[in-house]
Amino acid sequence: MAFSRTARVALAVTSVGALALAGCGGGGDGGTAAGDPQRGADAKTITLTIAGNAAQGGKNTRDADWLVNYVIPEFTKQMAAEGVTATVTFQPSGVDDEQYKTQQSLDMRSGGGADIVALDGIWVGEFAQAGYIKPLDEVVGAAAGEWDGWAQIPDSVEQLGSFEGKRYGVPTGTDGRVLFYNKDLFAKAGLPAQWQPASWQEVLDAGAKLKALPGVDPIQINAGTAMGEATTMQGVLPLLAGTATPLNTDGKWLGDTQAVRDVLGFYQSVYGGGLGDPLLQQEAKGRDKSFQEFAAGQIGILLESDYFWRSVIEPTKGIAPMADRDSVVGYAKIPAQQPGKGPNGQNFVSMSGGGMNAINPGTDFPQQAWKLLQFIMSADAQKARLGGSAQITARDDVNAEVLAADPMLSFVSKEVLPITAYRPGLGEYPEVSKALQEATAAVVTGAAPADAAKKYQSALEGVLGGADGITTG
Amino acid sequence: MALTASPPAEPAEAAGVTKSPAPQAATDAAGLGRARASVFVAPALALIAAFLVFPALWTLYLGITNYRLTGVAALRPRVVGLDNYARALGDPEFLNSLWLTLLFVIGSAVIGQCVLGFVLAWTLRAVPRTVRTVVELLVMLAWILPSSVVAFLWIALLDRDGGTLNVLLNTPGMAWLIEYPMLSVIIFNAWRGTAFSMLLFSAALNGIPPSQLETARMVGASGWQQLRDVVLPHVRGHILTNLLLISLWTFNDFSPFLITAGGPNGRSETLPVFVYNTAIPGGQLGFGSAVSLLMLLINLVLAVVYLRLLKQRRA
Repeated sequence: MAFSRTARVALAVTSVGALALAGCGGGGDGGTAAGDPQRGADAKTITLTIAGNAAQGGKNTRDADWLVNYVIPEFTKQMAAEGVTATVTFQPSGVDDEQYKTQQSLDMRSGGGADIVALDGIWVGEFAQAGYIKPLDEVVGAAAGEWDGWAQIPDSVEQLGSFEGKRYGVPTGTDGRVLFYNKDLFAKAGLPAQWQPASWQEVLDAGAKLKALPGVDPIQINAGTAMGEATTMQGVLPLLAGTATPLNTDGKWLGDTQAVRDVLGFYQSVYGGGLGDPLLQQEAKGRDKSFQEFAAGQIGILLESDYFWRSVIEPTKGIAPMADRDSVVGYAKIPAQQPGKGPNGQNFVSMSGGGMNAINPGTDFPQQAWKLLQFIMSADAQKARLGGSAQITARDDVNAEVLAADPMLSFVSKEVLPITAYRPGLGEYPEVSKALQEATAAVVTGAAPADAAKKYQSALEGVLGGADGITTG
Repeated sequence: MALTASPPAEPAEAAGVTKSPAPQAATDAAGLGRARASVFVAPALALIAAFLVFPALWTLYLGITNYRLTGVAALRPRVVGLDNYARALGDPEFLNSLWLTLLFVIGSAVIGQCVLGFVLAWTLRAVPRTVRTVVELLVMLAWILPSSVVAFLWIALLDRDGGTLNVLLNTPGMAWLIEYPMLSVIIFNAWRGTAFSMLLFSAALNGIPPSQLETARMVGASGWQQLRDVVLPHVRGHILTNLLLISLWTFNDFSPFLITAGGPNGRSETLPVFVYNTAIPGGQLGFGSAVSLLMLLINLVLAVVYLRLLKQRRA
């Protein structure tokens, strides 16, 4: 009788609310606190999970197969020899990179997530700032610096796993971007089988000749928001590099400038001039479709990473396999806008990225997770991963052995990596990248480059909270 | 819960009359008394509080912060007051989404599902039983299939390369989902949800006294006149209830995302999709929460308008 009905309800609501709130707070702390690096180090029974954007029979199937069939059994054996019963599982995904990133950040936000998480090097800054990952020194202690593998990893590649001068994980490898072209189509259009354009105009000229072929889209340069980061990395940034203008200099982002207008102008020449398929850039699964079209001989020139060569059109295991890849597909360096107009007077340019493996600071077994990560990145395991195929791994010793087997990868390693550039590893980068994607989307749907550049500038001001950190002109 | 509680309560009440009276006489019909009744209600209230009230309050809080999924603001969100709301109301993308949602509700719920559902229910009364069963079955099938399966079927139907519609119409290379994204999802949702309106109206039409229709026919009323003067006054309440339910469902419906993902360039980004795209892949959890709350307010306004209309009719 003491309480009215309303008061009773209010009491119930508040107490349950408080409980739930406490629960959430606890979960969050568990995920972000690094804790003692030695915790669980003496455990006789351990469980570890590896997360990666790979799935057996799907995306990056080779890596998934390798993790399940080689890494997990071998590591379990190794631990058993030390008297430890290890249960290691692989958490597969086969989705777009953006979705995978969302999934991982939500997992880590809620204090969960796998013990070893594969991340794109460009996400390290954001994840570190959010406290989802911590410097290796904090997570595993002094053992982090003692690994002999560090000596094999070049500094430029090590940056992929670092943020603000600290190592957050071990990079898995790097890549380079080139122009892939279909030699059959080139022959039909009267273009040379060995093709190396020297300027943007020469790319457009080749496109104009390919345009005469029925059912062929001459050029595919990723554009629009549906392709996400692939638009920035396989489109805007390599072009921007060709104007010798970095996206970020001395902490200032590139705004509405001549370089940005030139890049958008190139997009207009392609998609406004009938040299590319503007609709494909807007489709929800446009990038996957561009792969299939290239494999089916419907695209003449495609700007992609060597990933395209080794995982997409790879004759047996690719997601859009080309049985005659080695004889039909050619590759050329990406030209600067004009010869000598690249950074440092370069004639050709490229962009590189790569992945890394981080240890979840919330793991119950930091020492064992670090052991597993070292095993994953050991020379033997990396060679087993490639299984005769080639890829630019993080390790010099492995690269020296495996790259010779594949002319395309040797080409990237010898000709492209020396002239390449990396994305600015800053927390704001993903949003700047999104603004660039929106600018290309506007041009693809018919906006003038100058107008799209203006909109990009105002989007950038929205992201950075003002025009102070932006160069214009 | 009430059902399982009442049978033992009745003997208890009867017992209370013959034996000594309980210290606190129960005043309710079930004879539980406030204390025991509260115990029965508590689990339900706790669930509602944990999964409905608390998230709503939490959303309210997040809406005034700059909370993000990653980066510095994920670790230390700052309270930014009403900035998110001000930003949303001035954001052309939000206003565009609001407009698209309005089109979606009017096009697919009010015109599509409600009108089509009524027409189906009305015409199916006069057709042979087998035809009616087959049509009802097909309409129901569209309703009960899982969204993901249906979305896949529609993508296959409308796909640019080798889509069924392009083969049927002989329009190779027509990208329906890019040229007409909004129209596509409106037609999709009308197709998907008509079953509910059809069922509700079938039941309502059965409730009309046949004698009244008979009388109308006797005095020579045409089909349209019967519909206007006999049928509609009877089913007006059902129409309003139906409109209320399907408008709210459609307003909050996320399945267009499965077909177009809000694209191209936000041209089919209804509010639920907008919230998802900004909050989760875009990482702006604070801003997304603010927009969610605005959606909640719009839902409330819709509900109040319909309920008032319903009351006026009864009064």
